[in-house]
Amino acid sequence: MNADFTAEELAFQAEVREFLANEFPAELKQKVDKRIRLSKDEIVGWQKILYKKGWMAPNWPKEYGGTGWTPTQKYIFSTEMGLVGAPEPTPFGVTMVAPVIMAYGTEEQKQRFLPDILESNVWWCQGYSEPNAGSDLASLKTMAVRDGDDYIVNGNKTWNTYGQYADWIFCLVRTDNSVKKQEGISFLLIDMKSPGITLKPIVLLDGHAEVNEVFFDDVRVPAANLIGEENKGWTYAKVLLTHERTNIAGVPRGKRRLASLKRIAAETDDGFGGTMADNADFKAQLAEVEIELQALEYAELRTLAALSVGKAPGPESSILKIVGTELAQKMDEMTVELAGYNCLPFVPEQFEEGFEGEQMGPGSSAAAALSYFNNRKLSIFGGSNEVQRNIISKAVLGL
Amino acid sequence: MDFSYSEEQQMLQESVQKFVMQKYDFYTRDDIIKSEAGYSAENWTMFAELGWLTVPFTEEDGGFGGKAVDLMVMMEEFGKGMLVEPYLSCAIMGGTLIADLGSEEQKGALIPQIMEGAMITAVAYAEQGSRFNPNNVKTSAVAAGDEVVLNGAKTAVLGAPNAQTIIVSARESGAATDADGISLFLVDANAAGVSIKPYTTIDGRKAGEVTLADVRVPATARLGAAGGAAATLAAVIDRATLAVAAEAVGAMDSLLTKTVEYSKTRKQFGTAIGTFQALQHRMADMFIQCQLARSIVVRAAMILDSDEDAVSKARAVSSAKSKVGKAIRLVGQEAVQIHGGIGVTDELDVGHLFKRVTALDLMFGNAEYHLQRFASL
Repeated sequence: MNADFTAEELAFQAEVREFLANEFPAELKQKVDKRIRLSKDEIVGWQKILYKKGWMAPNWPKEYGGTGWTPTQKYIFSTEMGLVGAPEPTPFGVTMVAPVIMAYGTEEQKQRFLPDILESNVWWCQGYSEPNAGSDLASLKTMAVRDGDDYIVNGNKTWNTYGQYADWIFCLVRTDNSVKKQEGISFLLIDMKSPGITLKPIVLLDGHAEVNEVFFDDVRVPAANLIGEENKGWTYAKVLLTHERTNIAGVPRGKRRLASLKRIAAETDDGFGGTMADNADFKAQLAEVEIELQALEYAELRTLAALSVGKAPGPESSILKIVGTELAQKMDEMTVELAGYNCLPFVPEQFEEGFEGEQMGPGSSAAAALSYFNNRKLSIFGGSNEVQRNIISKAVLGL
Repeated sequence: MDFSYSEEQQMLQESVQKFVMQKYDFYTRDDIIKSEAGYSAENWTMFAELGWLTVPFTEEDGGFGGKAVDLMVMMEEFGKGMLVEPYLSCAIMGGTLIADLGSEEQKGALIPQIMEGAMITAVAYAEQGSRFNPNNVKTSAVAAGDEVVLNGAKTAVLGAPNAQTIIVSARESGAATDADGISLFLVDANAAGVSIKPYTTIDGRKAGEVTLADVRVPATARLGAAGGAAATLAAVIDRATLAVAAEAVGAMDSLLTKTVEYSKTRKQFGTAIGTFQALQHRMADMFIQCQLARSIVVRAAMILDSDEDAVSKARAVSSAKSKVGKAIRLVGQEAVQIHGGIGVTDELDVGHLFKRVTALDLMFGNAEYHLQRFASL
């Protein structure tokens, strides 16, 4: 038993580190450190740098312009990215819709959509959840009715992340009402410029509208945008949902945050002449988080080792999702604790691009509560942690 | 043994309940937060007319009685409505400091005005670096003839942007964390050298960062003896701590009620999510924490109203605030989680209740701080 990287893997790690040191823009790193939201242009710009290096699509096969990396290489890559705070490419195109197009799309669809995803020319968003179809996604009601060469789409989607930036949306739509709910769903690609689509921003507790409700009112969609067969969409979506997602546990990001918590603790007065780094309770909390991260990291490595010898990713990834998100939320709580009264001001605009006023509070302390509020979503989205526990109960424990 | 409210307390509770139900719905509150003042002057006048602003004061001072249990009754109901008016900062903190430390002249000049709603006060005690220790005071007070010159910076001053009088803690002698040497001064918010950087808090109140640059106040603006304010300041902060703990009990009650209601109406997988045992048990745990929080707050209020010594009172407050802080995290987080995505939005009251209780956990020291204070007393 060993957890060492091979010589080739170590060389690869060095290459990734060198690339990030040279190519991850200092300006972006600064913004990430100051918790300022990146603009669309900045995100796209960074993705184009990754593309130029050939590293935009670690999860794609080589034939489509992917890296062809082993699971361990992907792990090293996302670890190094996380450690320096480099944002992963937005998942909707490269991680979510692209694998479905590759697996079930026509040759024409592949040529039409994949290169633009790889080059970050087109921004994708996701149209899955609906107001009454959350954890029970299969009960979705957005209808697509065939009309000649088109579908006519009516309904609404919600929790649509960054739809305001998006050029295209991939949707699950109902094409048959007469069968079992999972069997009447199709996978449809829709141009966001189509007449009849409107977006309603949803402001979250941190004061920012990063998600939207999307309304479809008699939207005409060419039938050529259907992926695979009609009424097979649920199967495709499930493949997507269980598709290997690297870095689901967020260990590197967690390590980076832990280091930052330790640094902030050392800079935070305890009010009695010392700092929070000497506070026994806070030290115990830091230790607990560090230990959880170690356990999580090895749980992830063990999953990775199984993948490397060709085993399919199993429901064990639910462990990584649950523990990773709960740990991130715990660190948000600790950030709030350190910030103390400095997290009371509600000034979300100071973490937006272009804010020119005077910053509230030292460092990023005024962002602490905002992150704590916003990150409550982590245990809700991407399959809520309740759904993940159901998966473990059923698929792993056989209950 | 009898834990029931007196007739007067019941009437107080009912009148606040009525106000919150009829005049303080979620959207009205939102409009108030977005208004320039950030509180409703109309409501404030009504509070005065209904006698609510007299509740923190003793009968000798012309008030309702000044009992902690009365404050608890009110604050719990205010918590359900997520009140943004400066009741805590002005009536409870400012008012009680003046009542407990002020000369007859100071009391006569200010307390009737506070009770009539004509004077809003705020208390500036925290500083960058003081964290939750009110004895950590770097703001200086230097006597100059008949005047005192104040210099320093105060943080997280609740209600500062609306206050006419700010009560400022400043050090006249001693080292940075000594209890001895701290005085309190009545400072006109418009005095030369006072600047206030206003902001809205995460839970919708108005607060400000207050800077004092060579602010000259007459020596008669000092509350109590020179350098001797620490013990009273600590006791008043403890009283305010009990008040926010009671406010949190009310807010958590709303979170629980709304979550249970939602779980009965929200359908997934063909059934109300409240039928899932996994969620039922979590709501049962929320209920348990709400009950324990309420119980320990009742205990602390009764001890504050008793003849027990200052240490016992401080311990009772810290035990309540620590327990309530832990309950806040569980109840707040579970309420959001069980609501799902809608719980994280700005559109629903649940998220705002969550923000309010999060701020209440921090106010005057979070759960961890009070646990350590309890252990050290």
